[in-house]
Amino acid sequence: MMYATRSRRARPEPFAVRIGIAERLGLAHMDWPLTIATVALGAFSVFTLGQATRHDVPGSPHYYLDRQAIYCVLGLVGMLLLTRIDYSRFRELRVGIYTFLCASVSLVFVFGFAARGSRRSFEFPFFSFQPSELGKLLLVLALAGFVIDGARRGSPRQRTVRYLCLGLAPAALVFLQPDLGTSMVFVVATLAVMYFGGVPWTHFAVIGAALIALIALVLVAAPAVGVPVLKGYQEQRLTSFLHPSQDASGAGYQQNQSVVAIGSGQKTGRGDRATQTRLDFVPERHTDFIFAVIGERYGFMGAALVLSLYALLFWRALRIVTLSKNSYGTLVAGGIAVSLLFQVFVNVGMNLGIMPITGIPLPLMSYGGSSVIATFLAVGVLQSINIQARLSQRGRFAW
Amino acid sequence: MYERPDDRPGPRLALRIAVLGGVAVALFAVLAFRLWDLQVLSGSQYLAEAKNNRTREYKVIAPRGDILDRDGDVLVDNRTSLALQVNTQKLPEGPAERKAELRRLGKLAHMSLPKVLRTIDEQEEVAAGAPVTLRKDVGYELVYYLEENQRRFPGAQVQRVFVRGYPDGSRAAHVLGTVGEVNEEELKEPPYKGLEAGDEVGKGGVEYTYDRYLRGQPGLTRIQVNALGQPTPGGQLVSEPPAPGDNLKLTLDPAVQAAGESALASRGLPGAFVTMNVDNGEILGLGSFPTYDPTIFTKPMTQSQVNELYRDPVLAPLTDRATESYYPTGSTFKIVTALAALEGKVITPSTTIVDGGKLTVGTQSFQNAGGASYGALTLVPALEVSSDVFFYELGLKMWDTGQLQRWAAKLGIGKESGLDLPGETEGLVPNKKWRDDLAAEGLAEGRPWSAGDNIQLATGQGDLQTNPLQMAIAYAALGNDGTIVTPHVGMEIEDAAGRVLKEFDPKPRRKIKIDPAHRQAIMEGLHQAAQGPQGTSYGIFGGFPIEVAGKTGTAQRPPHADQSWYVILAPYPDPRIVTVVTMEEGGFGAESAAPAALQILEAYFDKHAGSVSASGTGLAE
Repeated sequence: MMYATRSRRARPEPFAVRIGIAERLGLAHMDWPLTIATVALGAFSVFTLGQATRHDVPGSPHYYLDRQAIYCVLGLVGMLLLTRIDYSRFRELRVGIYTFLCASVSLVFVFGFAARGSRRSFEFPFFSFQPSELGKLLLVLALAGFVIDGARRGSPRQRTVRYLCLGLAPAALVFLQPDLGTSMVFVVATLAVMYFGGVPWTHFAVIGAALIALIALVLVAAPAVGVPVLKGYQEQRLTSFLHPSQDASGAGYQQNQSVVAIGSGQKTGRGDRATQTRLDFVPERHTDFIFAVIGERYGFMGAALVLSLYALLFWRALRIVTLSKNSYGTLVAGGIAVSLLFQVFVNVGMNLGIMPITGIPLPLMSYGGSSVIATFLAVGVLQSINIQARLSQRGRFAW
Repeated sequence: MYERPDDRPGPRLALRIAVLGGVAVALFAVLAFRLWDLQVLSGSQYLAEAKNNRTREYKVIAPRGDILDRDGDVLVDNRTSLALQVNTQKLPEGPAERKAELRRLGKLAHMSLPKVLRTIDEQEEVAAGAPVTLRKDVGYELVYYLEENQRRFPGAQVQRVFVRGYPDGSRAAHVLGTVGEVNEEELKEPPYKGLEAGDEVGKGGVEYTYDRYLRGQPGLTRIQVNALGQPTPGGQLVSEPPAPGDNLKLTLDPAVQAAGESALASRGLPGAFVTMNVDNGEILGLGSFPTYDPTIFTKPMTQSQVNELYRDPVLAPLTDRATESYYPTGSTFKIVTALAALEGKVITPSTTIVDGGKLTVGTQSFQNAGGASYGALTLVPALEVSSDVFFYELGLKMWDTGQLQRWAAKLGIGKESGLDLPGETEGLVPNKKWRDDLAAEGLAEGRPWSAGDNIQLATGQGDLQTNPLQMAIAYAALGNDGTIVTPHVGMEIEDAAGRVLKEFDPKPRRKIKIDPAHRQAIMEGLHQAAQGPQGTSYGIFGGFPIEVAGKTGTAQRPPHADQSWYVILAPYPDPRIVTVVTMEEGGFGAESAAPAALQILEAYFDKHAGSVSASGTGLAE
């Protein structure tokens, strides 16, 4: 009797739907809170964009609304398809995935569409595709495979160096596009996979120290000897949050305006009387600064709701880490969960003026097909891990 | 597909998951607290900042009130003028191009580049974002030029602004005063509370005294702008229209004012005139020559204009000689001496004094003007012929009693009158104490008070310093039986529709007691002086159809030539107006001042002929 067991994993899934058709679609063992959080965030994004960008594209008030809605639907379809696939297959495809990842982020240098001095995406007739967005997921899938695969080869130190090299190679390519924010997500995803892969704490301590030294070198030492690693605007954006009011119209301007926008939303928001995000005071309001739009339009209630949905999403992802039937699933789920957490924290922190401006989109909320679809797909992989875990448990218990 | 048992997550993993969970809770807590801080704790402050962020306020200047004469004719109004402005936000972005355009604009406005930059800095400090006025009162040629070359001058614009207009040019310039931008010191003073740098306030004359009525309340236009500072469509949020200032009606009578000014100008000598209602102190005319056209203060001045206005100590056109001067008065002072002697019981109206042509006191000898001698005289003929020796005797009799000084003070000589124009002088009536103080200070001219000092004072000479307005007040007191009026030019404040909001009727300063017999004697003496056959100004007023009482004065004012004075009360014996005229280096009183006074009286009685005859004071014809 399932009710008799005290095991947490053996408890009946309260959200499980045991209907034939659902069973066949794999919906039965889906993590429903995760699905709800994901869909709710996508819907909220579409709703917010619809209200906030009405006057952005002359003559087509629904420009961003329509597109974001399509991206969400495409992402949802992709997510449902992924739930039907056993994620363990990706472990076998790790070399192909890794090759595709490196090739795609390299090819933008050749065929990429240059936007604001940065080549990040391919332009197709009806859409553009930014490979580094999907790359966040691909890197986790491939690297987790390499970690599991090489778990017994070489000394722990050699393994750590190997994982780092595998992860940092695509990160470096993205950094050179240049896309500092996404490359940072790559690094964090790499570290997350290594973390769940059992890399010793001491290694993380060394990596942490090296990171601090690197930051010091890039921001302080290298410019001092005349070798700028970061572009001037990148450095400014990274450091200006430390002293935002010093340069109210320069690099700190955006952040100042964003903070004012969010603060002015107060408890219940200003709705259509919003001015900061409606009258162009906050730049990039449909992408990087969409949280400021939510903060101003819907106030603390709206912003806190969004944060709660992300917390719910992360909690369910972390739960899936613990449920996974195998280590590969644990590593993949962990990598996805941490990279989502990192993106949410950095983006919202940037909107709130406590993190530097790094151009990281808010997953599921920021306008943009590549990011939205890639995030839905990542959630699809999480669902797949959850479903496989349920199926294997059921099998085990049924046995 | 089944996993090996060791492939399942173990306890080591549980620890790592717990650590990550803890980190996640911490991160979400940081975000949530920050959000709470921004939106709930400091939300209202950010809301205010956001509102401020999206609006720009422009002050709409209120036109100042008009200034009218007593007949309601306009003396000062406003005309719109074109001002060259720069909208700094629309200037080219590049520093070099920006500089180049400002240099070109400076050329159009006749300003150097550093001056243009300084002007912009100064005004930006006061009202950031608002257009900067480079130059006021530019011509239409410049407007057309800018319109044709718009592309070369992005950000340049022409704005209509209010400038004071003077339809009659220099008419009553010294009474009206000028306006100018409020300065830093003024901004700290209570009357200018709420003003901002750049606002215009009265700087002299009634523009200064009645500034708070004339000054309007500026309006405000608040428009919504986007991040680039451009107005958003339909973004006009508030528009408080400016409240124009109220109109000020002066007591000035246009006929009197015009006659007085032309009388002064026709002789071309520096001088002044005052015509005042003897009963209530209303100033019907007040002028000073040379004068100036206040219009020049509404435009940038040329160096020659500056020199003419400020650097000429002799002509000093900005000085109001009617109220801001220090003059000896000559024989016009004799009524003070007469009053002091009569009221002090030194003489009676029938006391006879022999005028032998000179009075010798110790080693000093005081002579009649022109070496005349008039024989035995009582007060009336003494005034008629203006015997100096008669009054020398009175001065001598009172030399150490202080009576003369007391009466001068009673009549308002040597004291501020309370006139509603800034800058009036106090003057000086010399007395024993003043002399002694000078001596005590060890000054070169220090010497004890002597009979000679009082003898000089008795005929309005020596150290006496007064101005035409004080003489008008003293004569008015004689004419109205002892009321020391408060002279004033402000009559009432009216709103734009002409409704009277406030009337100015300042109370008399004081009443003094004058024996009617004494008053009558002096008045008759003055009447004879003007219209008796022996009178000093008979040649001027002998044929005047209205009976008057007037006194000439010829003041010695070394190193200048004699100064001509004339004071007249009309009609006699119950005067309604007093007129004082003085002309520097004008010679005898009858020579230049009296004819000018005649012109003023003619203008007054031409206008008021009916009312004079109705009052029964008798027109000769």
